[in-house]
Amino acid sequence: MDTQLIKNKELVLNDWFWIVPDTSNEEVKKQAGKVVQFKLTGECFPSDATLNNVILPEAEKVIVPLRLFLLQTDKIKKKYKEYGIWIYSHDELDLFSHLKEDINSFPVVGVYVEKFADGRIYSLGNLIRRKLSYKNDLRALGDVFKDQLFYLARSGFDSFLIKDGYDAKKALLGLEDFSYSYQGTLSQKPLWGER
Amino acid sequence: MYKYDHYDRKIVNQRVDQYEDQLNRYFNKELTDEEFRPLRLQNGLYIQRHAPMLRVAIPYGLLSSNQLRALADIADEFDRGYGHFSTRQNIQFNWPKLEETPKILRKLADVEMHAIQTSGNCIRNITTDPYAGVTPDEIVDTRYIAEILRQWSTFHPEFALLPRKFKISISGSKQDRALVKTHDIGLELVKEDDNLFVNVFVGGGLGRTPVIGQLLKEKLPIEHLLSYCESIIRIYNLYGRRDNMYKARIKILVKALGVESFKKQVEDDWNDGKNSSNHLNDKEISRVKQFFTSPDYEVLESIHLEGQYSEDQNFLKWIKRNTRDHIKIGYRSVTISLKGKKQTAPGDIQSTEMRVVADLADQYSFGEIRSTHEQNLVLADVKEKDLFDVYSVLRENNLGEANIGLITDIICCPGGDFCSLANAKSIPIAKSIDNLFDNYDFLFDIGTISLNISGCMNACGHHHVGNIGILGVDKDGSEWYQITLGGQQGVNASLGKVIGPSFSADEVPAVIKEILNIYIAQRDTEEEEFIDCYNRIGLDPFKEAIYKN
Ligand code: HEM
Ligand code: SF4
Repeated sequence: MDTQLIKNKELVLNDWFWIVPDTSNEEVKKQAGKVVQFKLTGECFPSDATLNNVILPEAEKVIVPLRLFLLQTDKIKKKYKEYGIWIYSHDELDLFSHLKEDINSFPVVGVYVEKFADGRIYSLGNLIRRKLSYKNDLRALGDVFKDQLFYLARSGFDSFLIKDGYDAKKALLGLEDFSYSYQGTLSQKPLWGER
Repeated sequence: MYKYDHYDRKIVNQRVDQYEDQLNRYFNKELTDEEFRPLRLQNGLYIQRHAPMLRVAIPYGLLSSNQLRALADIADEFDRGYGHFSTRQNIQFNWPKLEETPKILRKLADVEMHAIQTSGNCIRNITTDPYAGVTPDEIVDTRYIAEILRQWSTFHPEFALLPRKFKISISGSKQDRALVKTHDIGLELVKEDDNLFVNVFVGGGLGRTPVIGQLLKEKLPIEHLLSYCESIIRIYNLYGRRDNMYKARIKILVKALGVESFKKQVEDDWNDGKNSSNHLNDKEISRVKQFFTSPDYEVLESIHLEGQYSEDQNFLKWIKRNTRDHIKIGYRSVTISLKGKKQTAPGDIQSTEMRVVADLADQYSFGEIRSTHEQNLVLADVKEKDLFDVYSVLRENNLGEANIGLITDIICCPGGDFCSLANAKSIPIAKSIDNLFDNYDFLFDIGTISLNISGCMNACGHHHVGNIGILGVDKDGSEWYQITLGGQQGVNASLGKVIGPSFSADEVPAVIKEILNIYIAQRDTEEEEFIDCYNRIGLDPFKEAIYKN
C-alpha cells in the first residue's frame, strides 16, 4: 500500500485531506510578543486574509487548521462529511477554548511541527489528552519521521503522517525501538511497578 | 552502587541498536546533517575541531573499578590512550571515529554504561556531591534519589527535544558541593521527622548569562519530586525560546516571566493532581536505596598520621589537601588530583593511570571511584592506615599532586585547542599559571582558592564561579583574557566581577601573581581565605594595583 499514514501501529490508507494554508508570504514577527513572551518570534500564523483565501478542496474528509475552522465553521460543516482540526506547535492550548463544539466531536485532532527538533509537540500531546480530555485520534503532522514515533506514541499520539520522501515502512519500526520505558505516562504505569 | 537488572540492560542495548540504525541511515543519506545532528547529540556525539568527541555518562559521578578499566580499554582501542573528565562528572574521548562509535557504545553497555543524553537539548546527566554517603555534613544521601532521577529522565517521552539542554543537580549536605544554584533545576534534599522533602531551585546557570537559581518550591514532599519536575520542564518546553539558542535556557524564561508568574504556570499544571503517573512510592524508593547501603566498614581507631609520618612533609601536605573527614572513624576520603604537572590538560587521564586508580579502588576502597565536577577523582572509603600506601602508588604514577582546592587545582575547558566555539585557548593558560607554582610553600601559603578558565562565554570551565575566573575573549581576531574576581560556588554562590580590560596570554601569569600578592598582603590572618579577604576588601585594591602601570 502506498501510504504515509501510520495508525494504531499499522500502515493505513490515508483518506483524509490535510488542508495547509500557504504562509510563505506571511510576515514573520521579528520581536517576541509582549503578552505571550517568546512564542511568536520567527514563527508565523496564517492571517485571516490568508485563511479566507484557502480554497476548500473537494473531498469527503478533511483536517483543517483550527484557526480556519473557527473562521468558517458553518461552511466547513456543510461541505464535508467528516472533519478534523489541527494546530501549529506554536499555537496556544487556549485556542481550543474558542470552539463551541466538544473537542471529542472531532474524529481527528492534529499537531503540526515544522521542524522535527521542535519538541513542543510532545507536551501538547500530553495537554490535549490530559487538560482537554481528548479521546479520539491524535495525529502528528509535518516534519515527522521514524525517530520521533516512540516518544510521540508515549505522549498521547496514535497516528503519524510520515513526511513525504521518508520510508513509512521503516518508520513503523520506530514504534518498537524500546521494549520498556522507565517513566510512566498518561496511559502507562512506570516500570518500577513491574520490578 | 546501582546494578542493572534485565530491564536496564535491555533499554541500554536497544539504545545502541537505535543509534546504529540512525548512523546507518545517515551514512545512506536517508537522514540529513540537520536531522542527524540532534540524534547523535542525544547520544553524546559532538563533531569537534579535529574529530568527533564522545561524551560518556557517569551517572552522578559514580564508577566501579571495572567500568574505569573498560574506559581505559576504550581509550586505548578507539582513542589516543587518554580520556578527559568533564565539569559535569562525565568523561570525554576526543578522537573516536564516527563509524566506530556503535562499537564503543556496545563496549560501554557491557559494563552498564552509556552515552545517553550526555549532550543535546534534553535532560543531561544528573550530578551530585562526589562525597555523598561518606561526608560528615550529610543530611540525606543523594545517590539513590539521583538514580531515581536518572531513570525517570532517561528517554522521557516529552523532553527529548527541549529548547535547550537541561541540567539537574542534587545536594543533600550542609555544604552544597553540587552547584545546585547554577543548574536549570537544583534540588536540595532535607529531612524532617524522618520524612524527605526537596527544596526546588530553578533557573540557575552559567554560560553567557550567568544567573543564580531561585527557590521555586520549598519542602516539596519527595513523592512529588518527579511530577513537579515534569511540570517545570513542560512549561519550559512549551514557552522557552526556540529562536535564539543563547536565550533558550530556562533561566531566561524564568527571568522574563518573573519567578512568581513562572511558578503559577508550573503549579497550575501540577496541581490538577493527575499530571503524572510518576508519583514515587516508598517501595520504589527503598528498592533503589538498597543499592547504596554502606559497605562493610571495619571498626577502627583513628591514627595520628602527623606523629607517625612527621619526617615526610610531602605526604602530610597531601593528607591535608587531598583527604577529607569521613563518617566512619579510621577512614578518610581521598581526592586524586588530575591537575598535576604531568597532565596535559586539567581533567585528562591516561589509560595506564585509569588502571592504577581502578586497582587502588579494588584494593583500598570497595572497588568504587567517583568523579568530581572539579575534574578530579575520589576514592571515598580509604582506611587511614592505608593512606601512605595509596599515596605512594599515586605518587609513583604521577597522580600524587597535593593541590586539591589550591590554585593549581584549575577547572579548565578544552578551549581553542579542541573546541570549535572557542575565542581563545585555555589549556596553555592553565599550564602557564601552573608553572608559577614550582615553589610548593607559596602554593600552600595561598591556601584554598579556586581558579576557573573558559575559552569562551559558554562557560564550560565555570569561570563565573571561580574565586578567580579567566574568560577567553576575541578582540579583532586575537586572543585575550578577561579576569573576574569573587566568584564562588556552594551555599553562598556568587558570580565574579570583571576586574577591568582584558590581557594577552603572556600577561596573564603576572596578573595572577599580582592578585595573589595583594591577597597575601591584605589578609587578616593566614586563616582568612582568598574569597573571604576579597569579600572584605572588595575589587578596588586589586584593580588599582594591577592597572597602575
Ligand atoms: C569541546 C567541545 C565543547 C563544546 C562545543 C561545548 C559547547 C558548549 C556550549 C555551546 C555551551 C553553552 C550552552 C548554553 O549556555 O546554553 C556549553 C556549556 C557548558 N559546557 Fe561545554 N562544550 C564543550 C566541551 C565541554 C567540556 C569539556 C566540558 C567540561 C569540562 C563542558 C562543560 C560545560 C558546562 C558545565 C556547561 C554549562 C554552563 C552552564 O551551566 O550554562 N563543555 N558548552
Ligand atoms: S567554554 Fe567555549 S571554548 Fe570552552 S569548551 Fe565551552 S564552548 Fe568550547
